[in-house]
Amino acid sequence: MRPLNDVISACPPSGIRRFFDIASEMDDVISLGVGEPDFVTPWRVREAGIYALEHGYTTYTSNAGLPELRQLICEGLKQRYGADYSWQDECLITTGVSEGLDLTLRVLLNPGDEVIVPEPCYVAYEPCVAFAGGTPVRVATRWEDGFAIDPAAIEGAITPRTKAVLLGSPANPTGAVQPREALEGLVRLAEEHDLYLVSDEIYDRLTYVGTHTCLGALPGARERTVVLGGFSKAQAMTGWRVGWICAPQPVAELAVRVHQYTMLCAPHISQLAAVEALAHADDEVTAMVADYDRRRRVFVKGLRETGLECPEPQGAFYAFPSIRSSGLDSETFAEKLLHAEHVAVVPGSVFGPSGEGHVRCSYATALPLLEEALVRIDRFLRSL
Amino acid sequence: MRQILELLERDAQLSPDTIATMLDKPVEEVRAAIANAEASGAIRRYRAVIDWDKVDEDPTSEEVTAFIDVSLTPARGVGFDDVAERIARFEEVRSVYLVSGTQDLRATVTGRSIRAVSDFVSQKLSTIDRVRSTATHFVLRTYKRDGVAFTPIEPDHRLRVTP
Repeated sequence: MRPLNDVISACPPSGIRRFFDIASEMDDVISLGVGEPDFVTPWRVREAGIYALEHGYTTYTSNAGLPELRQLICEGLKQRYGADYSWQDECLITTGVSEGLDLTLRVLLNPGDEVIVPEPCYVAYEPCVAFAGGTPVRVATRWEDGFAIDPAAIEGAITPRTKAVLLGSPANPTGAVQPREALEGLVRLAEEHDLYLVSDEIYDRLTYVGTHTCLGALPGARERTVVLGGFSKAQAMTGWRVGWICAPQPVAELAVRVHQYTMLCAPHISQLAAVEALAHADDEVTAMVADYDRRRRVFVKGLRETGLECPEPQGAFYAFPSIRSSGLDSETFAEKLLHAEHVAVVPGSVFGPSGEGHVRCSYATALPLLEEALVRIDRFLRSL
Repeated sequence: MRQILELLERDAQLSPDTIATMLDKPVEEVRAAIANAEASGAIRRYRAVIDWDKVDEDPTSEEVTAFIDVSLTPARGVGFDDVAERIARFEEVRSVYLVSGTQDLRATVTGRSIRAVSDFVSQKLSTIDRVRSTATHFVLRTYKRDGVAFTPIEPDHRLRVTP
């Protein structure tokens, strides 16, 4: 047979996969390895989905998605963060941020264009850049700096081929929230070097310290910034696969063009459920966010009591403790912890070289399980 | 204070230490707030919500619950309060509310059998001065109580490790 696509063949499978395989075969596993809420979608939202099914909303929608949903998204961005995108021609509904990221990169990149990706970062960033024909260029962030980006370090990575910077805040896996000054520095760089900014803001509502800064709302950012968001995290709707892109009109127009040929539209039922989520489920979202925040405090305090150094996660639902004191690398640590105590965490190295020395622990887990996991982690550390 | 009480209302087993961490407050402050709430009667009791259908025992030994709608003749100066409080004193009465609608009070009554509840209603409740009439609704099945659904607990459907 003739060889398959070079870029895709060269892309290694996600490092998370192996841990999934081991953990799946074990009983009595407490998993801190899950990147999705432990809440089920709020009932009123599920009920809206059921209503949509019952009444036969089983059809396509327009390519860009339901006008009502796009209006709610753009109004929300404006009210909450002061970001100004037109729902008519600068917003489209995607099947989750995953599709949004793929569309955005395909629209922005020509073969060989470079995209600066501060890491550690979400596992899909680099492969999606590569699949879109681009070249990911890593820039390290340091846990000593709270994983804040350093505009000078980013500037150092800029070449004539650099087209964009791709950043998630609040971040998976670190829980870091980028300080506003760092983001402002990034926007200045983008203006100087004529770069696009791709901002993954799926965890925007899950910000516990300070308030979320929408990159597209910063002065000078709007015309070069693509904001990606969705319903998976704050509204606990991962399986519904519904997200959105807000982008300057020329980018949004081309994103719709790719979307209309590859995806056609996001699921109609999911879009209607998302309308309900934005229009009526704010109390439920607020309650879930408050719950994550309380668990965050209990879990981080507990991790520190085991002797692990843990920078304070300010958003998302991950703690990213340093495991350097154990003398193990992150992969060995995660594997031994899983075998010895049946606690699943994800090695930080999966998220980039700067994640080495850390493990990602999701606290989207019931409090009693978190407390039991802490007991087990403590016992594991003492056994080393 | 309100946040502390809301947490306890959801899970009374939370320790003051955990609550203090959850709310980022000093533990002494949490202890003092709880002690105050207990002293003032804001916190009345700590108890478990039990789905008795899940308790493995002889079904005939289960308690019977009924909602009783009660119509009263109000009295000058006290309205319904004196009768409502009088009804509330009975051990068998689990709750009493003044309600809007065609009836005046709604009480919850438990007993060892349908007969025991019926006897209570006809002999104790209906015979109280100014009780005009009662309507009894026996509970056949409980689907949700005190904010807790008694439907089957769904397992965690998430994959064990996801990005």
